[in-house]
Amino acid sequence: MSAEVAYQKVFGYPESLKPAQTHYCPGCGHSIAHRLVAECLDELGMREKTIGVPPVGCAVLAYNYFNFDMVEAPHGRALAVATGIKRVHPDKLVLTYQGDGDLAAIGTAETIHAANRGEKITTIFINNAIYGMTGGQMAPTTTLGQVATTAPGGREPERHGRPIDISRMLAVSDGTVYIERCSLTSVKNIRKAKKAIMKAFRAQLDGLGFTLVELLSPCPTNWKMTPKAAWEWIDTEMVKTYPLGVIKDNTGYEDKK
Amino acid sequence: MPSEKMLMRGSNVVGEAAVRAGCRYYFGYPITPQNELPEYLSWRLPEVGGTFIQAESEIASINMVMGAAAAGARVMTSSSSPGIALKQEGISYMAGQELPCVVANMMRGGPGLGNIAPSAADYFQATRGGGNGDYRTPTLAPAGGQELAEMVFVAFDLADTYRTPVMLLGDGLMGQVMEPVVFPDPIDPASLPQKDYILDGCEGRDPRAIYSLILDPPALMEHNLKLQAKYDLIAEKEVRYDTVELDDAEIIVVAYGTAARIAEEAVHELRAQGHAAGIFRPITLWPYPKQQLRELARDGRKVAVFELSLGQMVEDVILSVGERAPIYFYGVPGGVIPTPADVTDFLHSALADDGKVGRRIEV
Amino acid sequence: MIARTTFAGFGGQGVLLMGYVLSHGAMLKDLNVTYFPSYGAEMRGGTANCTVTLSDRKIASPVASHPEYLVAMNYPSLAKFEPLVAPNGTIFLNSSLVEEDPQRDDVKVVKVPTVELAREVGSERAGNMVMIGAVCAETGLLSLEETIAGMKAALKGKEKFFELNQKGIERGFSFIKEGK
Ligand SMILES: Cc1ncc(C[n+]2csc(CCOP(=O)(O)OP(=O)(O)O)c2C)c(N)n1
Ligand code: SF4
Repeated sequence: MSAEVAYQKVFGYPESLKPAQTHYCPGCGHSIAHRLVAECLDELGMREKTIGVPPVGCAVLAYNYFNFDMVEAPHGRALAVATGIKRVHPDKLVLTYQGDGDLAAIGTAETIHAANRGEKITTIFINNAIYGMTGGQMAPTTTLGQVATTAPGGREPERHGRPIDISRMLAVSDGTVYIERCSLTSVKNIRKAKKAIMKAFRAQLDGLGFTLVELLSPCPTNWKMTPKAAWEWIDTEMVKTYPLGVIKDNTGYEDKK
Repeated sequence: MPSEKMLMRGSNVVGEAAVRAGCRYYFGYPITPQNELPEYLSWRLPEVGGTFIQAESEIASINMVMGAAAAGARVMTSSSSPGIALKQEGISYMAGQELPCVVANMMRGGPGLGNIAPSAADYFQATRGGGNGDYRTPTLAPAGGQELAEMVFVAFDLADTYRTPVMLLGDGLMGQVMEPVVFPDPIDPASLPQKDYILDGCEGRDPRAIYSLILDPPALMEHNLKLQAKYDLIAEKEVRYDTVELDDAEIIVVAYGTAARIAEEAVHELRAQGHAAGIFRPITLWPYPKQQLRELARDGRKVAVFELSLGQMVEDVILSVGERAPIYFYGVPGGVIPTPADVTDFLHSALADDGKVGRRIEV
Repeated sequence: MIARTTFAGFGGQGVLLMGYVLSHGAMLKDLNVTYFPSYGAEMRGGTANCTVTLSDRKIASPVASHPEYLVAMNYPSLAKFEPLVAPNGTIFLNSSLVEEDPQRDDVKVVKVPTVELAREVGSERAGNMVMIGAVCAETGLLSLEETIAGMKAALKGKEKFFELNQKGIERGFSFIKEGK
């Protein structure tokens, strides 16, 4: 073996990620989700043809980490901003990356209408059942009984309303073609999540309609858990409210085994 | 009975004072740096049989406030700068509908998302309308601590007396700083005066409607003139301000809120160095204490304005003082908090200036 | 009388609690007090600081240009705040962690080996209480009894910590009074 090939790079930053250190807490799902999005764009060769919209939430600084064009939107308005971008550049891959508060509380109207218009946009929806950035307030997706700083005794249906399953709601609309819920809690699940993201991007590029991948994502900091306990909580508790799997698939793609 | 002395952060002071002022309804949406306020009320309101709802957005929350006010309740919401921007539509509607509420703004750096550091760049937003139409929002700018608690009571009373939204303008620093506070006597909501315009079901009376849509231009003109007469009355009766060591002052420092406290320390420093400086601190930003400031700006006194913004209130100072005194300005934007020493430096340069009327130092 | 103290260190060293104890102790003896914590984005970086101002008169600014006292629980805090300390002020150093000496020669330096002293009274976690004890003993801002009362008011509802914390405060006082 010659010296040149003695060391081969087997792991590094995908091109679609800047070699930057993120500000995410240890054990946070955001960094994994970033990497999956970046790997998919690399594999599709789309880095230079992608425009992204980060949320207002813990991932607000995503433009410091993703190595492609991005524009900040006001809290909740990512899909409206993305609509404007996509209509100007129909040939580009347009994605939004949004937390549960951004997507399913303040941005619910924009979310539903972009999806219902069948905008050819992909949304990566990070569901951590809490408001991370602002310090642990109740999210629209906070599960019943889950404690938040504005639901100190745990979420109760009478007082706080029930957790919202926005992915299933969006599936009702004819504008959406592909919606899948995955989790970021094991190598196996993370692989699955990547596959889903890939499929969503493909469907967008084929012009089929609106696509969304929901990722159940740990927030150890505001759940006040260790990263390991946070994974376990998703696998045992959170999936009861948000079961994993394909919610809608009208792509007609044959899944490769 | 007044409360015992409690060490509390500003955001919680607003929450506790609201409960004691008879407010039983709060609708809001999280935003830093005022999350402690909704977090406090999320357990405190249920304790007294009140209602706390974390809405899906600021827009929803101000409209919940509109509903509760129409239904007759003492009600409030709070947010910080970008969130207040979203509430402006509702505030304009409520001004037109003549519905009372209190809106607290713990200001942060802007424009846009800006940052979460304490700033005071929403003066225009608060005092110049923000929403559409010919309306005014009475705006109270306490300097924190005990006054913060007292102004919450004043805010609710103003709102009910004049049937108008009232803005309580603080900043991120005021929300975080802890000081000892003694709360005034609690008010029982049931003891508040009856309101004859609210919606509680028309049993035994003609149905009422609350609206801001008035299609006929002369009728809308009439409505606007009626609102204006109310604003004139507020401007006449509700001006509030405070002064510190102004009697012999050769330089008047004009500042409000947190800036006024930093400036006050600078004034103490100047006095210690033998310069006669004093403070004029508007507490109502609208109505602005124009006349009072104008009367003080005489006898060759200089006027020095200090703001945590690049110059918003200074426009009201210019409107008040006109050519009667030279006006100097020092402003720091972006959530950077100058120390009293920085303000002292500014005041030294203003004192050293030849005092030609109208000259401004921009920093 | 006016005294401003900046407490700074890593998150987790109980920096804010020291300020909280001093603030409560001062309020209980009817002094005016403002407590100004750092917060938000800064907290993510793992550092924390707060400034406590005490006075027998009305306190104007909660923001201090030049605190008389600095409590530096780690080196970054010393580096950041040392230049701000007022001339003839005092820097309290957590000498268990900080090996460097302050650069200034117009300030007094008091080195407190918080970890070792706290271990003596039962747990390293009382290091911040040792320090606040030392600060109050050295400055005379609060007596031993007032400091303990401040701690109890600051930690109302968490009575199980009282005993260890009181021992920590007492050890901080004795360290200053007896010089060891
Ligand atoms: C108009 C407006 N309202 C509120 C906020 C404050 N804010 C910032 S992020 C956020 C929610 C964060 O939660 P989520 O979307 O679930 O994302 P996460 O931080 O958990 O990733 C809120 C309420 C804001 N920046 N702008
Ligand atoms: S607060 Fe939660 S969501 Fe935000 S970076 Fe930390 S772990 Fe991630």
